[in-house]
Amino acid sequence: MRHIISILIENEAGALSRVAGLFSARGYNIESLTVAVTEDASLSRMTIVTSGSESIIEQINKQLNKLVDVVKVADITEGAHIERELMMVKVDAKEAASRDELQRLADIFKGRIVDVSDNIFTVELTGEGEKLDSFLKALNDVSIIETVRSGATGIARGKKALQV
Amino acid sequence: MKGDDIVKLSGGEIVIQALKDEGVEYVFGYPGGAVLHIYDAIYNQSDVEHILVRHEQGATHAADGYARSTGKPGVVLVTSGPGATNAITGIATAHLDSIPLIVLTGQVTSAFIGSDAFQEVDSVGISRPCVKHNFLVKRVEDIAETMKKAFHIATTGRPGPVVVDIPKDITDPAIKIDYVYPENLNIRSYNPTVQGNQRQIKKAVELILAAKRPMIYSGGGVILSNASEELTAFTQQLGFPITQTLMGLGAYPASGKESLGMLGMHGTYEANMAMHDCDTLVAIGARFDDRVTGELEKFCPHAKIIHVDIDPSSIAKNVQVDVPIVGDVKHVLVELSKELKLNKNKPDTKALEKWWKQIEGWKAGNCLRYDRNSALIKPQFVVEELHKVTNGDAFITSDVGQHQMFAAQFYPFDKPRQWINSGGLGTMGFGLPAALGVQLAHKDAVVACITGEASIQMCIQELSTALQYDLPVKIIMLNNRYMGMVRQWQEFFYESRYSQSYLKALPDFVKLAESYGHVGMQIDKPADVNGALTEAFAMKDKLVFMDFITDQTENVYPMIAAGKGHHEMHLQEECIPAQSSDRELA
Repeated sequence: MRHIISILIENEAGALSRVAGLFSARGYNIESLTVAVTEDASLSRMTIVTSGSESIIEQINKQLNKLVDVVKVADITEGAHIERELMMVKVDAKEAASRDELQRLADIFKGRIVDVSDNIFTVELTGEGEKLDSFLKALNDVSIIETVRSGATGIARGKKALQV
Repeated sequence: MKGDDIVKLSGGEIVIQALKDEGVEYVFGYPGGAVLHIYDAIYNQSDVEHILVRHEQGATHAADGYARSTGKPGVVLVTSGPGATNAITGIATAHLDSIPLIVLTGQVTSAFIGSDAFQEVDSVGISRPCVKHNFLVKRVEDIAETMKKAFHIATTGRPGPVVVDIPKDITDPAIKIDYVYPENLNIRSYNPTVQGNQRQIKKAVELILAAKRPMIYSGGGVILSNASEELTAFTQQLGFPITQTLMGLGAYPASGKESLGMLGMHGTYEANMAMHDCDTLVAIGARFDDRVTGELEKFCPHAKIIHVDIDPSSIAKNVQVDVPIVGDVKHVLVELSKELKLNKNKPDTKALEKWWKQIEGWKAGNCLRYDRNSALIKPQFVVEELHKVTNGDAFITSDVGQHQMFAAQFYPFDKPRQWINSGGLGTMGFGLPAALGVQLAHKDAVVACITGEASIQMCIQELSTALQYDLPVKIIMLNNRYMGMVRQWQEFFYESRYSQSYLKALPDFVKLAESYGHVGMQIDKPADVNGALTEAFAMKDKLVFMDFITDQTENVYPMIAAGKGHHEMHLQEECIPAQSSDRELA
């Protein structure tokens, strides 16, 4: 099963490698990992998408909690939550037809064209992973030059929050 | 220190002053470029004694032996680069057995970090997977607090080694700052659970009192938590059989009537059979290691399991349990005993009587028998005689292999912290330096290192350290000219193809000991064993290196092979004990 694990960790040098090292040393999967500082500059928030049996996910939770720098851990897939990923796609649209097609697709997927130069267009898109996959699929006739995805990040719905 | 007598100290001096403030007696170490400022601070004081080893691995094992035998953290000081990498084996050894160590590693000057400078390695990166935590100190102002944190983290919760990496420039004697050692600490991300959950404790007691075939399985956590007394009281209160892991030996006295000895791969027949047949297992400060459980699918097939451990990640890691209790073993045992008294139910004595009868049947097989009429010295015999000569009262350290198992099986430990060995990592070379650390901590105690001719050569250089500090440990070397455990596996599982396990060129150990300034003895007849041991232990001020020429073909029994369960042991041929009560149980 796919799980999204949110971690609050001391914003210190080496914090990321402690978490990444734990996953590789114990053979846990990392589908994606994102990290950035929070509104409290002393804390970073990390989101890891992983998969495994219930007992593996339980161990991941416990092992993360055991890291001295980790302040809090939550599996946000346990409850209602919102998941988002950012993607930017650079495409080559020489033909007028493919430019129209691109604009139309971007509109349907609520994306935005954020850069245009010569015939090169860059589209920005936010959503759940599946939506981003569908967009890439829909682009079939337009030739993709480059794709970059942030990896998923997420937050619980309602009052539930990961805080100190 | 109070505000009016604040002193100004350099970074190097702060490191040493912090050790004093932590009450550290000994630092085990080896100097080098990056730690010269710290060594200069050591030179100018006499409160903390530095023990100069001959290899950094020796420093970590000696500090580890000190820690295991006292319960206090061991302290190591090594230089950057190779100093730090040589220490890694000892750090990993301490990590797997949850031993509190503070390892101070020098680092190249801050400005050079990342430039592949002379003797530079990423010590924090290299040590990360085998420490409880580590620090790179960046400013002289942070040294005192980091030291405080290091000691706190190493010694609380599930203990473990902490590395503090200190760049040379922040120890500069020219830069002095006010020194204040913090009295209290609050690490918001680190709060180990000490008290067990009351509801879980009640549930556990209900299970315990309903048991018909109970079993207590205790481990090193009992020793780390100083809970030997509480474990003894708990066990005797119930009259339940108890087995202990390699790491837990001595927490419950081996001579106690409830003791079934060690369990696991080389555990006793009665302990392993009782594990297999029990209906209620109380695991206390033990982590269901693969050497203990055997094949997981065959592990305790009939049992409800209660697991007490301070580390939540130990629970349900290998074996799913029915009642987990996270907390310090000592606290939880006190609570369990209290709750047992309050509960109106009492243990089922009739069922217990029947269970003990079954266990006595298994015991009668005498699984630890060996040929006492052999013309060759049997390694088991040496350990038994050692037990007699030392009145069962010695600190015993060991290396890793057959001799380690013979020590665990044939030297019954009645006290905690008496048995010092590398159980988790299985580090050959551990025994001698660990013995030095034990002897330093217990100047008047009898300390013996049971070793083999392969293991001892991995840290033999520490014989020189022993001479320098007058540490009269006794080395009991069981010399079978083979890496005995490797040879045993090759005999059993590789059709006796003894690939690279025979040691063709051995030194003359008697002369070797003598050249290091010690006494050497070689013993090759069973009749001489007791006399030689008596003579050696009478030399109270001397390190005596005893080279026992033993039977090359002796194997460790019982043995559980890979993929087998507790009830599927290899036994000595002539040993035919009672079988499992499986059929009745079904």
